Amino acid sequence: MGLLGEFKMSKVQQQWTEHKFEQSLGNLLRGGVIFSASIIAVGGVLYLMRHGMERTDYQVFRGEASEFRILPEILKTGLTLQRRRSTIQMGLLVLIAIPILRVAFSGYVFAKQGDRTYVIITFIVLAVLLYSFFQG
Amino acid sequence: MNILEFTLVVGTISSLAGFLGALTGLGGGTILVPILTLIFKVDIRYAIGSSLISVIATSSGAAAAYVKEGFTNIRVGMFLELATTVGALIGVFLATKLSTSLIAIVFGMVLLISSYLSSRTHLDEPIDSVPDPMATRLRLNGSYPTLEGQQTYFVQQVPLGFSLMMLAGTLSSLLGIGSGAVKVLAMDQVMCLPFKVSTTTSNFMIGVTAAAGAGVYLNRGYIDPGLSMPVMLGVLLGSALGARTLIHANPSMLRKVFSVIILVLAIEMIFNGITGRV
Repeated sequence: MGLLGEFKMSKVQQQWTEHKFEQSLGNLLRGGVIFSASIIAVGGVLYLMRHGMERTDYQVFRGEASEFRILPEILKTGLTLQRRRSTIQMGLLVLIAIPILRVAFSGYVFAKQGDRTYVIITFIVLAVLLYSFFQG
Repeated sequence: MNILEFTLVVGTISSLAGFLGALTGLGGGTILVPILTLIFKVDIRYAIGSSLISVIATSSGAAAAYVKEGFTNIRVGMFLELATTVGALIGVFLATKLSTSLIAIVFGMVLLISSYLSSRTHLDEPIDSVPDPMATRLRLNGSYPTLEGQQTYFVQQVPLGFSLMMLAGTLSSLLGIGSGAVKVLAMDQVMCLPFKVSTTTSNFMIGVTAAAGAGVYLNRGYIDPGLSMPVMLGVLLGSALGARTLIHANPSMLRKVFSVIILVLAIEMIFNGITGRV
């Protein structure tokens, strides 16, 4: 009986932590998307106020200027509001960071569960994502 | 058209695409890239960049709801993300090497295959299968809530599923789509996951896959702020509305309409690619 009781306890505990994990994961994802969309909306309004009456130019691919492309430059010109489009790019960076945080968060939980295989798997996925993110 | 008008029109169309994408489960990116390139004459590289951004937004937004329902298999998701993120880097590399015409042709063909794959009906019956040793070692087997209580399932054919997922990741970043159809094919048909588990787990992974491609694209100048802003906000708004409507609406009629739109866009993409107009 004692053994069965213990088994039940650990089962309940496991379900509880997984439930809590899933709840906080859901909140992280939702909060991140709203935060990112708000930054993009603010940047977008500022951008339209200055450039709204100009002509569009997307037919020919030129690639973006470095202040809309390289991570430190985006932050430098975006946070100081020097370039309004950099603020939009900052919002996009937050958006790209959400899945990366999600993966890091899962890695933390796997580590807490003592699941070494999945800590390694998560670490590799995280490495690929960070490589992509810090290309600049 | 000036920038203000362009932003409003693209924002409206993006929210429509997001709405239809969420209702039919085909994602908004599949029709957005053809509309931007064919109708608005946007260079396909800008279109792909902004579409990939919108994929992250919808996936993360929808995953927030799904994760709480307990269908998502987080271990399967994480394991297969190994394949999709590496595939995403391959896709980005290919995007910089292939001509835009060829990308348009590939896009049209993937569009045709995806719409065929998702038009098939899914039987969601528990499959009596024996545990696969590899899946067991990787602790991929799981259970999900059904009307008769928790139903256990055993994951099959891990290597083949893994390879298909790498292809899905490559297509995702090469074309700026979620490639949910290929992901569900790999998990549903090959790995024998229950349909509900494979769709939600696939959705969970789409954002991570797209993020792996988007970082490099941002750095290569594919992601234009002026274009991505209305696309991201529009698709996000539309898909949030679509997910709410989904519970009440019967989407079978809508799916048919959407399939016809996709068919026309796919043929247009292939035609324009072959004639070198994209």
